[in-house]
This record gives sequence, C-alpha cells and structure tokens, in this order.
Amino acid sequence: MSEQTLFKVTVDNITIEVPAGTTILQAARQIGGAVAPPAMCYYSKLEGTGGKCRTCLVEVSKGSEKDPRPMPKLVASCRTIVMDGMEVKNITSEKVIDARAGVVEFLLLNHPLDCPICDQAGECHLQDLSFEHGKADTRYEFQRRTFKKHDLGKHIQLHMTRCILCYRCVFIADQLTNKREHGILDRGDHAEIATHIEKSLGNEFIGNVIDVCPVGALTDKTFRFKNRVWFLKPMDAHRDCPTCSGRVTLWNRGDEVFRVTARKDEWGEIEDNPDGKPGWICNTCRFDKKHTNDWIIEGPRAISRQSVIAQGHYAGNVGMTQPTEIFKAVNDGRAPHLLMDIHNESEVNLPSVRLSEIEGPSHGTSFNNNSKNA
Amino acid sequence: MGVKLLLEKANVPGIRTYDVYRREGGYAAAEKALKEMSIEAIVEEVKKSGLRGRGGAGFPAGMKWSFIAKPEGVPRHLVCNADESEPGTFKDRYLMEFLPHLLLEGLLISSFALGSNDTYIYIRGEYAWVATILEEAIIEATKNGWLGKNILGTGFDCMIHVHRGAGAYICGEETALIESLEGKRGNPRIKPPFPAIQGLWMRPTVVNNVETLAAVVPIIKMGGEEYAKIGVGRSTGTKLISACGNINKPGVYEIDMTISVEDFIYSDEYCGGIANGKKLKACIPGGSSVPILPANLLLKTAKGETRYMNYESLSDGGFATGSMMGSGGFIVLDEDQCIVKNTLTLARFYRHESCGQCSPCREGTGWMEKILQKIELGKGESSDIDLLWDIQRKIEGNTICPLGDAAAWPVAAAIRHFRDEFEWHIQNRALSQTSNFGLQHYADPIHVPA
Repeated sequence: MSEQTLFKVTVDNITIEVPAGTTILQAARQIGGAVAPPAMCYYSKLEGTGGKCRTCLVEVSKGSEKDPRPMPKLVASCRTIVMDGMEVKNITSEKVIDARAGVVEFLLLNHPLDCPICDQAGECHLQDLSFEHGKADTRYEFQRRTFKKHDLGKHIQLHMTRCILCYRCVFIADQLTNKREHGILDRGDHAEIATHIEKSLGNEFIGNVIDVCPVGALTDKTFRFKNRVWFLKPMDAHRDCPTCSGRVTLWNRGDEVFRVTARKDEWGEIEDNPDGKPGWICNTCRFDKKHTNDWIIEGPRAISRQSVIAQGHYAGNVGMTQPTEIFKAVNDGRAPHLLMDIHNESEVNLPSVRLSEIEGPSHGTSFNNNSKNA
Repeated sequence: MGVKLLLEKANVPGIRTYDVYRREGGYAAAEKALKEMSIEAIVEEVKKSGLRGRGGAGFPAGMKWSFIAKPEGVPRHLVCNADESEPGTFKDRYLMEFLPHLLLEGLLISSFALGSNDTYIYIRGEYAWVATILEEAIIEATKNGWLGKNILGTGFDCMIHVHRGAGAYICGEETALIESLEGKRGNPRIKPPFPAIQGLWMRPTVVNNVETLAAVVPIIKMGGEEYAKIGVGRSTGTKLISACGNINKPGVYEIDMTISVEDFIYSDEYCGGIANGKKLKACIPGGSSVPILPANLLLKTAKGETRYMNYESLSDGGFATGSMMGSGGFIVLDEDQCIVKNTLTLARFYRHESCGQCSPCREGTGWMEKILQKIELGKGESSDIDLLWDIQRKIEGNTICPLGDAAAWPVAAAIRHFRDEFEWHIQNRALSQTSNFGLQHYADPIHVPA
C-alpha cells in the first residue's frame, strides 16, 4: 500500500489530518457537526459541482505551514484544496457568518417561499439553510421573478421559481446519461432550467435529478401533492433491478408506498452501494414500483433526529450528536415556549377579544398577556 | 506632444493594408524576434519593459507569460482578448480597426515566445466589421508568409483564428472567454486552476488584452529597457485612453502616463475641456466598473498632490479616495449629470450581463438595480441608501469572478462620494424628477478654465 501524504488542517480550532487533495469542505465534514459549512450546489458524487452558491464560504486565516499568509478573500470551501497546516475559520469568523447570511438573503430574494404547498418541504436544504444561517425577515420589497412554465414530461415537475441554479441537475445529466436534454437558458437573474425546445426528459436515469435538487424545483410528479414527507415512514428496501442497484428508500404510509427515492446520507447526498459506486436508481424503480410487494423491506431508515421527517417516527441518529445541555439549561432556566401554550396564555383565545375588531394584522404587541411566561 | 508608440502610424492612409504597413516599417519587430532572438530573450525583454496588462487588472504581462506551464507534448495557446465590452472603453476597437497588422505582429511575436501554434482572437460579436478587417489582414499576412507553416524559415508554425463572441460582457473574463471559445456557455471557471496551467481545452493558455499584445511590437523594436524609460514608476510605456462623456474632444488618445489628469481633461491636445462651457462634476477614470471620483478628488489626491494618469496615482488613496486605471475608459460627467441616474445605468448593465452562476451576483445585481430605479423615480426612502451599501458589501469579494466586484464598486463609490445627492433625491422626490442636483458643494475645488 502506497503511503498517503496526510495534511494537517484546522477548522474552527479542531485539527484533523486528511489526505492531500481533500477540499476544506470534505475535511470539515469529517469533523462533522456545525463545523461543516452548508453546501447548496456542491455534490460530492458529481464531478465539477460546487463554487456557485457561495454558502460554503470560509475564511482561511493561515494559508499553510510554508506560506502562513491568510487568503485575502473568503473562499468557497467546496472547491479549495487544503494545504498542510492550513487554518480555517467557519462559524468562528464574523466575516463568514455575515457573508453567509448575505448569501441566504440573496438565495431567498426571488424564492417564492411557497413551502406550504411545496413537496420538498421538510427535506429542503434551503429551508434548513435559512433556518440555520438566515435572518428572520427579508429587506426585498419588489415583485419576485416568475417564469414561463415548462413541461418536462410525465415524471418530473419543474418549478423554476424555486430554483437556486445550483447546476446539479445539469451535471448529473451530463455524467449519468448519454445525452443531456436540459440545461440553463438565458443568463443572470432570468437564467432558467429548461429544455430546448419543450422536450420531455426521457432518460432511464434522469429521475435522479429529483434527488439531487436541493430545493423543490424538480419534484416527483407521481408523488405530487400526495402527502407530506414527515407523515411518511422511510423504509430501506431493495429489489432485483436489471438496470440499477435497486437499493432504495420507500416512503410509506401504512401499506401504501407513496414514493421511492435513493438512499441519502447525512449530507443529503446519495449513499454509496456496497460496491463503492453511488447508488443512483433508475426511473422504473423510482416511478413505477409503487407496491409493497415489489420490494424486499430491509427495515426502517435512520433519519437525523433533528429532521422534521424524524418527528414521531424513529430515533435515528445519523451524523448528528445529541446535545449535552437540555433547552432549559441553555435558556437560563426558562422553559421553551411551546405552540400549545398559546391556548392557555394568549388573549387571542379569550372570548373577550374580538379579533375582527382589531385594525390591520395583529401581532404580539396587540395583546397584553402574551409574554407572561418570558 | 507625447510619445506615440502604438498610434504613431494610425493616420497613414491605407495603413490597414499589408503593403502600406510593411512599407512603414511593419513586421520588422517580428522579423527581429523570430530570426535573431531566442524565446527566453523575448520574454525577458517583455519582463524588463514592465508592461502591465492593459485589460483592466494591470497584472505584469511578462510575469503572466513566465507562469505558463510547459508540459512535454501538450500544445500551448495564446488567446487575444478582444471582447472589449466595458462601457466607456473603445481603445481596442480603434487599434484593431485601423492597425490590424500591428495586432497581428504583436500576436505573432507573443505566439512565438509562448510556443502557441494556434492563436485565437476572441472578438466581441458587436464588432462584426472589425472581425472582417482582422480576417482580411490575416489572409494578407498569410499570403506574405507571416503566418502559416514555417514562418521566415524558422520552422515555427502559427495560425491566428478569429472567433466572434455572441455579445456577452462576461466573456471578457478570461476563464469565461475560454469556456465560450470551447463552444460552451460563457460561465467563468472557478480558479484555481488558472489558465496558465489549465486553460483552453485544458492546455496551458495565456489570455492577453489587444493593447498588451500590440505593445509587444514597440517593446521588441526598441528594447524592454528603453520602453521602461517612458512613463513613471511601475506605469511604463504608453497607454491608450478612450475618453468620452461631456468633453469637447472625445476619442482615443495615446498618453505616456506622466501627464496629470487635469492636463488630460483640459489641454487641447487631449480632451479639450468640458463641453459647452460646463463644469466638471465627476469622472469614471478607467471604464464603468472602477469607482467614480468627484472632481475634487480626481484632480488632486486626498493628500493634495496632483493626480496623474497612471496606475499608481489613479489608485492613490485606495477605494476610499482613489479609483483605478482599469481598462482606460475615461468617462467625464459634467454638472448636468445625475449621479443616481448614472449609477442606475451601470447597475442595469451589470444586472443584464451577470452570468447567473453564483448567487450574490445573480440576485444582488438585480436588487441593486431595482432600488436605484426606485430612487431615480422619486420613490426612494432614506433606508434604501444603507441597504444599497449593505448589498454591495455582500456582493464584493464573494463571487466567482470579478464581475461581482465590478458591479459593486460603482454603487459603493457613488454612495461614498455622492451620498448627499442620493439623499437629495429621496428628500425632494418631486423636485428630483424635474431638476438636477447639480454641483452644489462640489463646486469649491472645481477647476475653472481661464
């Protein structure tokens, strides 16, 4: 076995040794937890992705052991290779947090925020990103952009307004199928994913664009408006498929299979098969095999307990570590506000208050007793 | 009368044709370089000359050439960036239109020095007629043995190809240009790897501006050291400035970088003063993306020293009180010009030209344009100025390519130097629709011609 050069890299004061040629993002993911920068466009299983969304920007405070100068600008960690002795600041850098909040704001600028009717809700990376790194409100006051609707065929639904132009679906079509039928048309803020002209995507493996799409821009038409992901139970299953590995996750409710996806790891990326190749699945498995008896069930799929999908299902523990402090301890002994408390505490629910008589939309300040518990 | 190296022969009738160009001493430098000089000697002369890239960034050309990787058996390429799309810049067009053979000669010498057998001129689509002129010149040069196989019996083969762009500003960025040249969508690549290692078709590539490559001819003709004597400090040689805006004599001027900005604007040899007897208000000294400067900071630096037309002096004071030499697009604004409207025009340009690859630029440029539009239409609010400032701060430096910076700098500089004009627009909504802010208190340090 040839000796591999190991580089020492420090991310947020945690040092790790990684093989030469690793990117900062991959090194940070090996440390895991909050140290790993978020990534919307980078996809480790696809060659050439990354560098576009700018959410993974980090500050390099020390270039390397040889050349300790810091890098002048924030760098995209997904495309920057580590050097020996590199020191990286992610969540410990004010600059990074500020820039990242800016990027989140930019990404949400023209996003329709139609999460209540979006099939991706609950497993949407943009939701997670804005929850973790964004601000509560937007400063954008103009009309959001819209697009002419394109039909991509009977399996895949395109919502261009939700797209963040990560180019993942373009890369996957290039690398998984023989001939790419869709791409980016136009440029700038009116760039859009489309086929030229009005084709349907028919390749046997094109369904994987749904799995790589970080937002709800490309969704499964056979699952459209059928159910919310957090009501479904994810089950690992497989079948003997002549075209692909047939290793999937079934999303069940009772005995009914609502949708089939590839198996995703803690970063939302496709898991590798035992043979080491990414477990892309074919369209037949994804769209046509919607009966439990098509599949051999392996057992429940572990889902990160932080994920909304995990609510009320399984105590999965994927990649995330249980926090050591409980909420009360972090919050100076105060109990968290629960949504159900509103019934006991808020004046909103008292018969003496007539909501219809309040002028304009009402918020917290319209009522006196709301902050009793705070 | 300043030194003229590039445009010396521009007014000779018929200089566009090979015969006249050759009669006027053309291709002598190429003959000297190919027959008498070694590759290392040519690169050494260019290094000695201190020639800096004329495309905007001002990176030393000789150093760029020495970075090119030379792996065995892999062809190398030289690409001439003629995608001159920066608003206010039209020097390359002039050079190519009137002296196409000067560019070809420069390209031939540079190709020889870099070992490029296939050299490309990537010309913007809007310069359709210039591309034809270049193609005709290439045919003439090939006929006379200056291009093609075994040039001058040296065994060096070189062919120059003209490639027309499709009209995208972003394709002036070198990696986007390479992508476009390869027939792909003109999206900038993520660097590293730099083009000097992996450029066109993953081969080592040097991308240089038209003017840079043309300047190689006088450098070889007179020697790098002689060339370095012209100019001042690290701003050596001559620079083409395309002056436009509210001046009496807009046009392309060759300057030797020792004259002051004041002389350049007011002397009869160059711009000939502000048109219609108006007063100077502001100037964008290096193409639309560089920071705008008010008159008082343009003629004198913040320390009160005279500002000269060269790389160092124009950027004196950093972005706080200085600007940049940029590509040499010198845009002069007189007292009647509205800075808000001017900034809006630039913001609209950058919104339209953003490639849409990375999010800060794609979304931020559109946002800035909308806010500026709102202010310009008299619907602005005082919080909008701070918002604009915050947006530009979040775009700058966080994008893949410099277009994000180029979009952010004009807005930042306009707010930095003309904040009161923005405020006036917001506070006097109705008035701002019918009248102009004018000079107001910028009037004080303004030069008044005798």
